[in-house]
Amino acid sequence: MISALISILIFPGFLFLFILALAAEYVDRKLYARMQTRLGPPWFQPFADFVKLLAKELIIPENADRLIFKVLPLVACAAAATAFLYMPKWNTNSVFSFRGDIVAVIYIMTIPTLTYFLGGWYSRSLYSLLGSMRVLTQLFSYEVPLLMAVLAPAILASSWTFSNVIDFYSANGFLFLVNIIGFGVALVAVQGKLEKVPFDIPEAETEIVAGTFTEYTGPLYAYFKLAMNIQTISVATLLSAVFLPFGYHSGFILGMLIFLLKILFIISLLAVGRTIFARIRMDQMVRFCWQYLTPLALLQILINIILKAMIIK
Amino acid sequence: MPKKLVIPIGPQHPALKEPASFDVTLQGEKAENILVKLGYNHRGIEKACETKPYLHDSYIIERVCGICSHSHSTCFLQAVEEIANLQVPMRAKYIRSIIGEMERIHSHLLWLGVAAHEIGFDTLLMYTWRDREIVMDLLALLTGNRVNYAVNVLGGVKKDITEEDKAQILKAVDALEERTKYYIQVCQEELTLIKRLSHVGYLSHDDAVKMGAVGPTGRASSITRDTRKDDPYAAYEEVDFKVISDDHCDVYGRALVRVGELMETYSIIRQLLKKLPATPLSVPAPRIIPAGEALSRYEAPRGEDCHYVKANGTDKPERVKLRAPTLANVQAVSAMLKKGYLADVTIVIAAIDPCFSCTDRMIVAVNDGSDMTWGQLREQSINWYKKNRGVDFTKVKLKIS
Repeated sequence: MISALISILIFPGFLFLFILALAAEYVDRKLYARMQTRLGPPWFQPFADFVKLLAKELIIPENADRLIFKVLPLVACAAAATAFLYMPKWNTNSVFSFRGDIVAVIYIMTIPTLTYFLGGWYSRSLYSLLGSMRVLTQLFSYEVPLLMAVLAPAILASSWTFSNVIDFYSANGFLFLVNIIGFGVALVAVQGKLEKVPFDIPEAETEIVAGTFTEYTGPLYAYFKLAMNIQTISVATLLSAVFLPFGYHSGFILGMLIFLLKILFIISLLAVGRTIFARIRMDQMVRFCWQYLTPLALLQILINIILKAMIIK
Repeated sequence: MPKKLVIPIGPQHPALKEPASFDVTLQGEKAENILVKLGYNHRGIEKACETKPYLHDSYIIERVCGICSHSHSTCFLQAVEEIANLQVPMRAKYIRSIIGEMERIHSHLLWLGVAAHEIGFDTLLMYTWRDREIVMDLLALLTGNRVNYAVNVLGGVKKDITEEDKAQILKAVDALEERTKYYIQVCQEELTLIKRLSHVGYLSHDDAVKMGAVGPTGRASSITRDTRKDDPYAAYEEVDFKVISDDHCDVYGRALVRVGELMETYSIIRQLLKKLPATPLSVPAPRIIPAGEALSRYEAPRGEDCHYVKANGTDKPERVKLRAPTLANVQAVSAMLKKGYLADVTIVIAAIDPCFSCTDRMIVAVNDGSDMTWGQLREQSINWYKKNRGVDFTKVKLKIS
């Protein structure tokens, strides 16, 4: 009971995740700034921002549903953190693992996106409304290729469970490199999930102010931002477990180091993506996801099925 | 019938640098109708000019716009100098042109950054604004100010360009040219940028002519019109340059025209510096300007700027009228926004490089029985040009639908 509480609240649960999430924001902002030839924030900036937002006045729109408006940011945080708990970090087993946890994790990771939609919807503001509609439209575009890309490696390993997938690839040397197309597709789709350029359409500042988060102020906005950062970590953990399944059998210290390096690598890739592109339009985004990403994810699945037939033979 | 969603963009909005209001009626993500409301920036500049002596006016006029301050100041002083029949020395004309071209560089680089920000391409914004610092520093070195250079006086200029300055300018221009080549490459190759700008804010050649689009907005719809070429002022008669135009007719074309113009500007500055004649900087100007009127045209970075000044023989003007380029272009915006997406509204507005504080005027229509028909107005303008500029427009045929 106590050990379960410790693993939920302290390590590798909430406190650890909180630090990781702030670090992720720092790395992302610093890289983004350096690539734009700016100086970038100091290391404590994300934490300072968080504390500052907590101290700010909380303003709830008159027409908004007070309870839902307040609860949604916490739900977003909780869902993103839960997904993290169910994923393997430095060893093959997560804190709570069960059969088919890959599918469960992907679904839990959709919940924050839904809370963004609901948050905007219940704000009863024009900009939030448009933003929340864009969140949903975007969700339907990137979720399918993301799901297919993440499931492709699982198909090859004939298991929906993290530990089995990792064990399979660990036993097969460099076999995980066949999933490179899926990794690319997942990276692009994740950019949409995290609402970053070129897919930051739901919070496009120059069009709809701050999209779904327009009416959120102070502590509630801080929690939404935190949820977004935790989501970044969760997504990076998911991708590293599925597409970079190595270094899980090397003990706590080395395993942890490899885990952190992999996360850093994925966050850096995401930061590069957000630096070198312009924001595209909603219709272009939908077309791009269905015309290019989905067929590529299908191709990956096809490759893996053929490969699997060959291995079995 | 369901109620339509109307999104207010402005008067306060992150995408707008100045207060203006655009009410966008939405049909899904598509903009169905746009209601443009201007007039949040009316400052009474024209009236203020009429109550102050000419010397003070040159300072007021310089503050019409924060970006093209030199354009307005030169344009106004040209009109006053024409009335007073002042012969501005050649060196002053050269220096005016050089400062004007530098202003064009910083305005175009600023626009490129703003446009990039509107489409969420913040990296390009940071890059262009960093390079813009080169020309801003140069302007500070030459004139002492980063904006509002205050280098013009009635009858000439007050700051000289020394040999050391020349070397600095040439060095900076070389650096800027290098960077601009990179931006041209970015504009031609960056896929998301091309996707976001192409076929957005379409303004056909005929529409552009009909709505009187000027400057880069007009030139992107293949109107090869540039006041520097058509009605040369200052030292532009003595330099050789191309009028950049484009036939894309969309925002992408406007971006290409602006980066293309940057390259021409560097060549203009080099030519001007090479030929810089050694004459005095200014001629003494009278405090009292004789009665008369003049219209002066100037190719500001945003397009053609017109100043009309009427003097009544005192030290104050009787009437000052400004037509900033934004006023000529803003009519075209509603045509550009037809059948566009909400996501494109702000970039289309930004693409004319609007400056609402330059534009906002109050108009009171007073009918005193001396109304002129369109034909009479046209006849008067033809006669005026024949008499004063020696150009005969009689043969130009007008098609008015």
